[in-house]
Amino acid sequence: MSRARATAAPTRPPARVVRIGTRSVRWRGRSLVVGLGATALAVVLGVLAIGGGDYPMSPTDVLRTLTGGGSAAEDFIVGELRLPRLVTALAVGAALALSGAVLQSLVRNPLGSPDVLGVTQGAATGALIVVVAGGGTLLLSGAALLGGLATGLLLWAVAGRHGLHGYRLVLVGIGTTAILTGVNGWLLTRAPLMDAARAVLWLTGSLDGRGWAQAVPLLGLLALLTPVVVGTARALSVIELGDDTATALGVPVSLVRQLLLGAAVLLAAGAAAAAGPVSFVALVAPHLARRLTRVPGPNLAAAAATGAVLLLAADLAAQRAIDGHQLPVGVVTGLVGGAYLVWLLAAQGRAARI
Amino acid sequence: MTEDSRLGGVGLTLAYERRVVARDLSVAVPDRSFTVVIGPNACGKSTLLRALARTLRPTAGTVLLDGRDIHSLRSREVARTLGLLPQSSVAPEGITVADLVARGRYPHQGLLRQWSTQDEQVVTASMAATGVGELAHRPVDELSGGQRQRVWIAMALAQQTSLLLLDEPTTYLDVAHQIEVLDLCARLHEEQGRTLVAVLHDLHHAARYATHLIAMRDGRVVAQGDPREVVTAALVEEVFGLPCRIVEDPETGTPLVVPRARRGRQSGPVAAG
Repeated sequence: MSRARATAAPTRPPARVVRIGTRSVRWRGRSLVVGLGATALAVVLGVLAIGGGDYPMSPTDVLRTLTGGGSAAEDFIVGELRLPRLVTALAVGAALALSGAVLQSLVRNPLGSPDVLGVTQGAATGALIVVVAGGGTLLLSGAALLGGLATGLLLWAVAGRHGLHGYRLVLVGIGTTAILTGVNGWLLTRAPLMDAARAVLWLTGSLDGRGWAQAVPLLGLLALLTPVVVGTARALSVIELGDDTATALGVPVSLVRQLLLGAAVLLAAGAAAAAGPVSFVALVAPHLARRLTRVPGPNLAAAAATGAVLLLAADLAAQRAIDGHQLPVGVVTGLVGGAYLVWLLAAQGRAARI
Repeated sequence: MTEDSRLGGVGLTLAYERRVVARDLSVAVPDRSFTVVIGPNACGKSTLLRALARTLRPTAGTVLLDGRDIHSLRSREVARTLGLLPQSSVAPEGITVADLVARGRYPHQGLLRQWSTQDEQVVTASMAATGVGELAHRPVDELSGGQRQRVWIAMALAQQTSLLLLDEPTTYLDVAHQIEVLDLCARLHEEQGRTLVAVLHDLHHAARYATHLIAMRDGRVVAQGDPREVVTAALVEEVFGLPCRIVEDPETGTPLVVPRARRGRQSGPVAAG
């Protein structure tokens, strides 16, 4: 138990309720502010991202082109090159954050994220097999998706028989990650040198050259799974209280857990298929959202918005940080996300929480 | 099962994986009783409670709620009739008392009925009934063990069930907080007319608070009934293997179990030397 604090406990802002007849919807002012703030930030960063590059455009030019008033060259640059990359960044960030938020609640552990559970590594294994076999980009994305899904199924088969308990899932995930990292290393040594270089770039997570072919399938996946995840969010916030309590409150725990695990794995695998295994976003975005909104629980919408902005900002930094030299976005998320995690652990350690 | 019982089990075989805890166990919880289940460690009392709360599915036999198989009923429907305070629950980091208690309203809510005025009233009333109203906006992590247990009871009350099961609600609490929690249970039973079933370790507490006592050993019900009739020296010896004397509790007149002294400690106070 933590020591009693000298200062008065901060009181949480009460939730607001809108009632129409017997219908009622509940939200918190802070969550709304965070959501709107993230959206506004995404728009600003998006305009900056589209405006930058070898062919610079002013924000007014960008907005003019987006609303259909651009020249043929501008239309091509924005519509075919920069906008799809931007959309991919937003979708990958949102998908990863949503996946992480669901998994963290599900396993009741802040380390529950697709990176830690091995789903991302599984996607990498799928992609590397295609690289070694000499397949194309589309095949690579498909194989990444399948690899992530196969790892999810493996986790479920090994850890799920006894009810998918939090710690068990994390430990099985860590083991799976270790095995898959070994397999991935072996596959890399088998690949021809040129392909190995391409594979390493993919393994870092990169948005370079991503187009509508990557963005559209991921958007479809998000459109399909967001209703599932949002629809079970209330049940998820009850599962956080423990399996017995959730059962007593009328949640069909194992059904909801399987459904959400499936959705989280699909989202993470889909994100990896589009951009490679971008590290730390799934782990950090839900944390950040929770700190910003100060609301306990899954916080799905805020997490997704935070993740989308986070990845967009990281991609922008990756393109602009070093003049004339682009970094893969995974380098930036790894550096920043890793530093955030270390800081978080240190801060939480002082508060005697971990 | 008797007519005046809403909850019970018939011919239950209870097991974890392959380890059978109880075989052909039948119990009935008298309606509007404060039933307490006692017995030595590993006698199956918590397992029985879990089966009654449908967090454990019996390998054979049926748990009946209002005459119907509990596993044939809709989860949410059961949750509006039967509440459970499990042995261990997890309070999400940073959650406030009011938010936690509000989650007890889950079976009464829906995607488009997230927070009715009734939800609001019931949560406020539940916090008042357990004396945690003043703590409403405090984070649960910062409360004492006794306060925290009252918060969890408030959450179970917010569920508004006529039947409430409590699995060792006094474990990890000091003696004053144990009495506080049991007094609260007794009040809920008497004033609100709820049927309570609690698993307790302390025989003295069980005899004092229960209106119906179930004594278990090795997965069997050894005796049940009014604690004044059930708690005898012979029964305590049979169930717990503890030689004892039974005296009258000077406060309540209920049976008080006094374990026999070890040999050599029977004489008066030892002179300080």
